[in-house]
Amino acid sequence: MCRRAVIGRWCAVFALAAGVAVPAMAQDSAYARNLASTCFTCHGTDGRSVGGVPPSLAGQDKNYLLQAMKDFKAGKRPATLMHQQAKGYTDQQLELIAGYFAGAKPGPAAAAPAAR
Amino acid sequence: MKLNRREFVKWMAASTGAAAVAGCAGMGGSSAGRVVVIGGGYGGATAARYIRLWAPDVDVTLVERNDTFVSCPISNLVLGGNTQMSNITMGYGGLRARGVRVVRGEAVAVDAPAKQVRLADGSSLAYDRVIVSPGIDFIYDQIPGLKSAEAQNRVPHAWKAGPQTVTLRKQLEAMRDGGVFVFHVPMAPYRCPPGPYERVCQVADYLKRDKPRSKIIVLDSNPDIVSKKGLFLASWNGLYKGMIDYRPNSELADVDVKGMTVKLTFDSVKGDVLNVVPPHRAGDIAFKTGLITANQRWCGIDWTTCESVAVKGVHVLGDATLSAPAMPKSASMANQHGKICAASVIALLKGQPVHPEPVIMNTCYSFVDGRSAMHVTSVHTYDPAQKTLVPVKGAGGLSDKASELEGTYAWGWARNIWGDALG
Repeated sequence: MCRRAVIGRWCAVFALAAGVAVPAMAQDSAYARNLASTCFTCHGTDGRSVGGVPPSLAGQDKNYLLQAMKDFKAGKRPATLMHQQAKGYTDQQLELIAGYFAGAKPGPAAAAPAAR
Repeated sequence: MKLNRREFVKWMAASTGAAAVAGCAGMGGSSAGRVVVIGGGYGGATAARYIRLWAPDVDVTLVERNDTFVSCPISNLVLGGNTQMSNITMGYGGLRARGVRVVRGEAVAVDAPAKQVRLADGSSLAYDRVIVSPGIDFIYDQIPGLKSAEAQNRVPHAWKAGPQTVTLRKQLEAMRDGGVFVFHVPMAPYRCPPGPYERVCQVADYLKRDKPRSKIIVLDSNPDIVSKKGLFLASWNGLYKGMIDYRPNSELADVDVKGMTVKLTFDSVKGDVLNVVPPHRAGDIAFKTGLITANQRWCGIDWTTCESVAVKGVHVLGDATLSAPAMPKSASMANQHGKICAASVIALLKGQPVHPEPVIMNTCYSFVDGRSAMHVTSVHTYDPAQKTLVPVKGAGGLSDKASELEGTYAWGWARNIWGDALG
């Protein structure tokens, strides 16, 4: 799935480049990106966390992420707030979010720069 | 091999043919559109950054009057002596590095028919879409005693992090042991629902440590503690027992700055340090642009695009918006409005469909002392029937209690939202 997400994004790029209508796949990938971006506030842009707390999600296994979020949602996995947040998303939305983070490139987080 | 943008375009042209050149032309010269963002707070900075991240072929100019970004979240810890201004002050260099043109200046008008933003220095910026993220300004009309700048500095609000945060901290440091800190909270909606009560905890933490005979009087306009009530009461009746005198329904009449007295409708309260937070409204530029649609204070928007319901082509974000049901005015929300707005502005510029059902999430932490924090969280999804964002039933909630673990997460939240807006 990691590859599929990446390929999906490239398809969108080439579809735009060729000036053709955006295919449904690109719509899904933009939606997955928008949904995942609700997590970036705490977990860092594209899931690369500044300082690693809360943890980075970029490049993690899709099934692992999806299972973790479903377990939070079901109250099976202890949490401070993830159990309250996971309940706000449908299983289909959680799957898109997990797919997005699995396809995101791990790497250094973008911290805010110090004042000049 | 490292390519700059122009070289990358050439490489794309060579590798993939003429079709790619047309699509990527914006990366080198002409662009997919020009966006001007007014205000570099949580909403505006996030929107500017995400347009560049998600559509590098869109030109983005950010107009901001301050040279640095000072975070309101965590600023109460400065008052408590639990952190320094330098830890909540950041620069706009990260946005510049991402290709955002950062203009230091003051936007004084938006000419929507001409699609131009006018700045105080007489210059103009042309746009295809403009994003107005002005935050809040204060309503001083009903507080005659606080009309002058001098009075406002003597009795600060410290509700926009910056010089007033430093002023209030210095006043607390100069206060005698046994002094009284009087804090007035405006009627909701105001910026950061749990913020006033966190401030009480932070000031109490400082006084307990350095001036233990001192007292805090909270004059709340609201009929009760607005947010995290049980959690705050646990701290006020525990850690800070006997220090805090909480008085609900305390409607402000005026402030006597010389006499250091807060005047209520039926009472007067004298203090050694006064902190009065006036009622809020959307920032000035929203009024000048004709964006106010509710209670002469707030900007109504379409929550699928953040576009103003009053003026086409103008998007509004953050605290200045007429909040959707149960949506707080918070940094988290402004950051997430910024992403809805970035995605929709890109789609509108490129003639693509806007996603019809956005979802956003709020997370706010409050510190009860130097180390322990608690959260409130909610998820908001678009309801096409009500045409607004509504909280998802069964989702969201509060901490069971404040903890040091959540204190670490609160700092993690801060570092990540700062990076997400400015990195």
